[in-house]
Amino acid sequence: MSSLPDLICPAGSLPALKAAVDNGADAVYLGFKNDTNARNFAGLNFDQKTMADGIRYAHAKGREILLAINTFPQAGRVGDWHKAVDAAVDQGVDAIILADVGLLDYARNRHPQQRLHLSVQGSATSYEAINFCQREFGIRRAVLPRVLTLAQVEHVIKNTTVEIEVFGFGSLCVMNEGRCWLSSYACGESPNTVGACSPAKYVKWDKKPGAMETRLNGILIDRFGDNEPAGYPTLCKGRFEVEGETYYALEEPTSLNVISILPEILKIGVRAIKVEGRQRSPAYVTQVTRTLRAALDSLANGSEGFHVKPAWQAELSKVSEGSQATLGAYSRPWR
Amino acid sequence: MNGQFTIPKFKLPDFIASLGQKLPQWPHALALVAGLNAAHKMKLLPEAELDLLEGKLFRVRINDTGGEASYTYRDGMFRPVFRPDREPDLAFAANLSAYLQLLARQEDPDTLFFNRELEITGDTELGLIVKNMLDAVEWPSLPKLPQLSR
Repeated sequence: MSSLPDLICPAGSLPALKAAVDNGADAVYLGFKNDTNARNFAGLNFDQKTMADGIRYAHAKGREILLAINTFPQAGRVGDWHKAVDAAVDQGVDAIILADVGLLDYARNRHPQQRLHLSVQGSATSYEAINFCQREFGIRRAVLPRVLTLAQVEHVIKNTTVEIEVFGFGSLCVMNEGRCWLSSYACGESPNTVGACSPAKYVKWDKKPGAMETRLNGILIDRFGDNEPAGYPTLCKGRFEVEGETYYALEEPTSLNVISILPEILKIGVRAIKVEGRQRSPAYVTQVTRTLRAALDSLANGSEGFHVKPAWQAELSKVSEGSQATLGAYSRPWR
Repeated sequence: MNGQFTIPKFKLPDFIASLGQKLPQWPHALALVAGLNAAHKMKLLPEAELDLLEGKLFRVRINDTGGEASYTYRDGMFRPVFRPDREPDLAFAANLSAYLQLLARQEDPDTLFFNRELEITGDTELGLIVKNMLDAVEWPSLPKLPQLSR
């Protein structure tokens, strides 16, 4: 039995970081308070001081801090992204998670000793792409986009020496990762450009009798009945009228939850399992981290007799977006 | 609060709300504002985000008690607004149990929002600022969340 994969948990604030560490994360990933990361929301993320405090807290308990610089440098402002890479090295993070090829090149040449991970936003789904990034930029780990089946993930792992990290829990979207411009279609801004999908300043929740309407930059994207679950206000999760029928034309709000296939994920040699949700609160980080920690620990002595505890699923389904959790692309009988 | 204590989801009976609406609203507003100012005084709230609240009107409504409080932030202080003359910039509405769960960091606001237990209307970005500001506060001693049985 190989050792357990690392559990990588999100933090948008110092209390969330501490919650992740205290509840059993092996590593916590963060972002700076600016548009160099894809959760650039008002009041979220870390400045120099809170990051230093967080790194100290995690290192004192033998855990790692990974820093996401996972947006793409914008025209005329490449220097801001270079500065973020330099600042991350100065802060002493254990690894920097990068998506842009130019930034990977910069980091590799400027800071050859720094451990680099390829972000999910880098959109590398094949071992050829991953091995290229290893050869050129020395990446040590790649986070796979959430579009591969388990068999395809295994195929990648068999053909690379780069560590492979996969998503294990969190909200799903259309997952055109690193290449999605849907948010820009509605409001001219998207994760790749400003670090936020459906930025809050464009979102309006309108309470109407018996329903709540969601508008993104004035465009009606959904209408919820009083007892219907709500989701994040993104275009991909909106309900639209198509040929006379109104439905989730792109993607239904759902969450990924891999607990039931953890033994298979371990068996194929996944090195790390990531939890989505830097925008969520310390309570979410606590709930998800301790649940996945318990599930992973129960596999420490082999997968025989592994069974999914109802309490784990209850805890995870409560915090999920949408009314259903899925295995995403991992389990897909068709090709 | 001991380590095993959890705040259950509950809803007070309807008659309480109709009764509550007939009671004066100023005690809620005063209590809320006093709490916020105390946190501010202890330097728990980040200055940069506080500046973004300047002059904004907030309303917190507790559905099942019929209670409602409006307040604003001006010149470094949270101040109650007893007779708001306009719609708030940001309004929260939820049952008492949801607010208690949020304050104890037992539930995440997104979770409550998805499940329609917390309603946020008005300036969404302002809502995010307030949420993230409160999330980032390191309360002097946090009530511990109960452990899952393993």
